[in-house]
Amino acid sequence: MIPAAFDYVRASSLAQAIDLLRDDPDGTKLLAGGHTLLPALKLRLASPELLVDISGIAELKGIEISETGIRIGALATHAELFASEPLYRELPVFRQAASLIADPQVRNRGTIGGSLANADPAADWPAVAVALQAEIEIVGPNGLRRVATRDFFIDIFSTVLEPDEILASVHIPRPRTGMHFIYRKIRHPASGFAVVGIAVGVRLQEGAVDEISIGVTGAANHAFAGQRASDFLIGKTLSQDNIEQAAQLLSETTECLSDRYASAEYRANLIRIETRRALFALAS
Amino acid sequence: MPEPDNRHVVTLEINGTRKTVAVEARKLLVHLIREDLGLTGTHVGCDTSQCGACTVEIDGLAIKSCTVLAVMADGASITTIEGLTDIGAELSPVQAAFHEHHALQCGFCTPGMVMSVRQLLRDQPNPSEHDIRHGLAGNICRCTGYHNIVRAIESLASKGDQP
Repeated sequence: MIPAAFDYVRASSLAQAIDLLRDDPDGTKLLAGGHTLLPALKLRLASPELLVDISGIAELKGIEISETGIRIGALATHAELFASEPLYRELPVFRQAASLIADPQVRNRGTIGGSLANADPAADWPAVAVALQAEIEIVGPNGLRRVATRDFFIDIFSTVLEPDEILASVHIPRPRTGMHFIYRKIRHPASGFAVVGIAVGVRLQEGAVDEISIGVTGAANHAFAGQRASDFLIGKTLSQDNIEQAAQLLSETTECLSDRYASAEYRANLIRIETRRALFALAS
Repeated sequence: MPEPDNRHVVTLEINGTRKTVAVEARKLLVHLIREDLGLTGTHVGCDTSQCGACTVEIDGLAIKSCTVLAVMADGASITTIEGLTDIGAELSPVQAAFHEHHALQCGFCTPGMVMSVRQLLRDQPNPSEHDIRHGLAGNICRCTGYHNIVRAIESLASKGDQP
């Protein structure tokens, strides 16, 4: 399969990429890992005039951990997020979630920024980013802005990114001591995407839930936060009964997607089951 | 619509040799490798980044060359199956293990499989059977049922050889 003809520029800086994007926002696409864009171009689902290759822009790279938080450049690949020892020591969920994405070759190219900006309803990082209460840093002609991940997604393949803006980095607050995260997914056997994916972070104090955060992907038009289930569990123990009730609440939070592979009822049930499993794992 | 003859000059190192080629922006790396450079050991299977038959190494990382633009490889160092050993010379360790353990039948997936195994063994010199099967998730074989491929890789575990 051959894409329709386009022109190509390798941007050397963020400023250059923004200039190129501003010239023709609708006819221009950003290229990083290319593992969503190139298949779409091959199928001619998209026919941009110009691809701006941002994969070499230094300002979009790196994983940095400071006292205040963690910054992950948009170009960090799934393989880099898997391999980073400092990140693993801080948040092992990155390695765990990365290992569940696609396959080794795809992980060597695909990026976290691409995964978030593309907003595939079944992508894995959106759930993890929501649970981590990450903020997404966006750069555009008017400068920088930050958006909470839970407010970033609007609809299927749709985010708050304007056509002339670039997702630059992901910022995660340092987790408090005792906060543990887990990501679980039911993997589509062919595509590897999440039929349902649940990211949960819990901090227990004297047996009771002191802090909790839940992100869900695969189930609805876009990733979302499981706020009602979180609110329910605050101050409670992770007893079997409480876990069952929280999982049930979360499965009733949203109208689930329905497709040839999984009905809405089936997805709602998977939310319940995966939430149970995640919470039981975090309780022990 | 840009003119199809709008060409970009790509200079890359392929199997240790420097090459310069002019390509259309839309040309895929696998087509540069096969058609412009004549290295047909890298195969096009599914053309949708599922099967792994087109796996090559860019700067030491195994990637699917059907899902990378040739222009993106400008300045990169690429290794294909042809780069592992000279024709008629002794097989590389992974190739020899595949031969020894009958890890191929039709052979179509084998070049991509071998390129993936090299990375797998670099990342995990002593992989378990689970590690091997997980590490080969990006390569599909329709003949062997994978069993002999796993045996071939197990035979290489912790030998200390360069894959």
